[in-house]
Amino acid sequence: MGQEVIEDIRKDYVYDLIEEGKRADGRGFLDFRDIIVERDLIKKADGSARVQIGDTVVLVGVKVEPGEPFPDTPNKGILMTNAELVPLASPEFESGPPNEDSIELARVVDRGIRGSETIDLEKLCIEEGEKVWMVFIDIHTLDNDGNLVDAAALGAITSLFNVGIPYEQYGLTGEDTLHIRDTPVAVTVAEIGGNLLVDPNVYEESAAASKLTVISNADGSISGLQKRGSNGLTEEKIVRMTEIGIEKAREIREKYLPKI
Amino acid sequence: MKEEKIELIKDGKRLSGRGFEELRPIKIEVGVLKRADGSCYFELGDNKAIAAVYGPREMHPRHFQNAKRAVVKYRYNMAPFSVDDRKRPGPDRRSQEISKVSREALDPVILRELYPKTAIEVYVEVLQSDAGTRTAGINAASVALADAGIPMRDLVSSVAIGKIDGEVVLDLDAKEDNYGEADMPIAMIARTNRITLLQMDGRLKKEEFERGLKLAMNGCRKIYELQRAALVEKYSKSGNEE
Repeated sequence: MGQEVIEDIRKDYVYDLIEEGKRADGRGFLDFRDIIVERDLIKKADGSARVQIGDTVVLVGVKVEPGEPFPDTPNKGILMTNAELVPLASPEFESGPPNEDSIELARVVDRGIRGSETIDLEKLCIEEGEKVWMVFIDIHTLDNDGNLVDAAALGAITSLFNVGIPYEQYGLTGEDTLHIRDTPVAVTVAEIGGNLLVDPNVYEESAAASKLTVISNADGSISGLQKRGSNGLTEEKIVRMTEIGIEKAREIREKYLPKI
Repeated sequence: MKEEKIELIKDGKRLSGRGFEELRPIKIEVGVLKRADGSCYFELGDNKAIAAVYGPREMHPRHFQNAKRAVVKYRYNMAPFSVDDRKRPGPDRRSQEISKVSREALDPVILRELYPKTAIEVYVEVLQSDAGTRTAGINAASVALADAGIPMRDLVSSVAIGKIDGEVVLDLDAKEDNYGEADMPIAMIARTNRITLLQMDGRLKKEEFERGLKLAMNGCRKIYELQRAALVEKYSKSGNEE
């Protein structure tokens, strides 16, 4: 009960500030917190990235392994995205099997990469119907100060660049890297008291009635949307949120991702 | 989405013969289960979904209680025989995500503040699947909540749009979903035009997205009329009996 009261006071504080046109950390409504992207920190992974947005920290690792294709796509590699909200990252996270929040996080990141066809899965066929390369994207949250989705999505696309396919490790002959064809970037826009703001921190997230994550590509097309939170949004708000999402994604892409 | 190209639009018509803005046939029955507090059977083309509502009743375990409002539990589940290849029984990652976004789609219309510390439980079983099961489930659940007498601001209606052969169309069937370029389910409160669920898979240009959103909203309005009519039909009958 005490926890709930503190929570409510925080929510009211964030809400009141935003009504005055301000954010607790002094940002404008359309400003991200500082972003730091570091690549290839984990030697044992085939690709990795650490993304920090403000105090939110996510580590993403990519592993490539041979495996059996799905029966309905015998000539295509497999993409699997998984996320763990480990208890180290937040007092709210508990150990145990994936819950709906970690599943949603992983599936939204996956959707952006899959929908944009960033990875050419047909190039990952080793022997049709028998053996294909499986690409595992594992999202490890280290510190949750809000907006894990955008950090995880940026970590995922960053870690996919320069992934060497480990032929030798599995006794196969060949040499290739993953072919990356697009740069999907996720931007989460929150609605608080009718105001729209990007990159909500953890307090803003709890004050937000709804959030919309917009994943957009280098050509400005959209390859993933997910509305979260128990409130409705008008058509005008949704259209505006996608415009903001596409625009902010363009800025992030130019600054932090290689050109395709 | 599968790669092999098949033609989904021939001579300006979809394979099913439907127009671009045409829904599949819909059938709604209210109060189909005896034990549940409220229930609804919903057919959308070849989709068959049934929803049951229990509650408000005591929330177990108690630490999940909310002191200020009822907690909605939503479980979307597919029968193992509902799809071409048998689905392993029990919740998978997909159904857990669907359960979450469906719950968030219904939360805004339920007057949860009237029933603190309770649970309102919504169980959706998909008996046959042909793309659009989450939308069929939400439509069924919304009517079942009303049938259970849960105080609501309005019904929630849901449908998907998609992109096939470069065209934005309403309400994809399984073939269109498998071979199409994008799929975007929405749910809406028809009276206030508020969108309570929005997801998108695949790839859409911004204009296509905006056009699709309008098309889906129109589809929701049509479904809303059918949901209302089904409820009116049941309750005007039962009123006469008394």
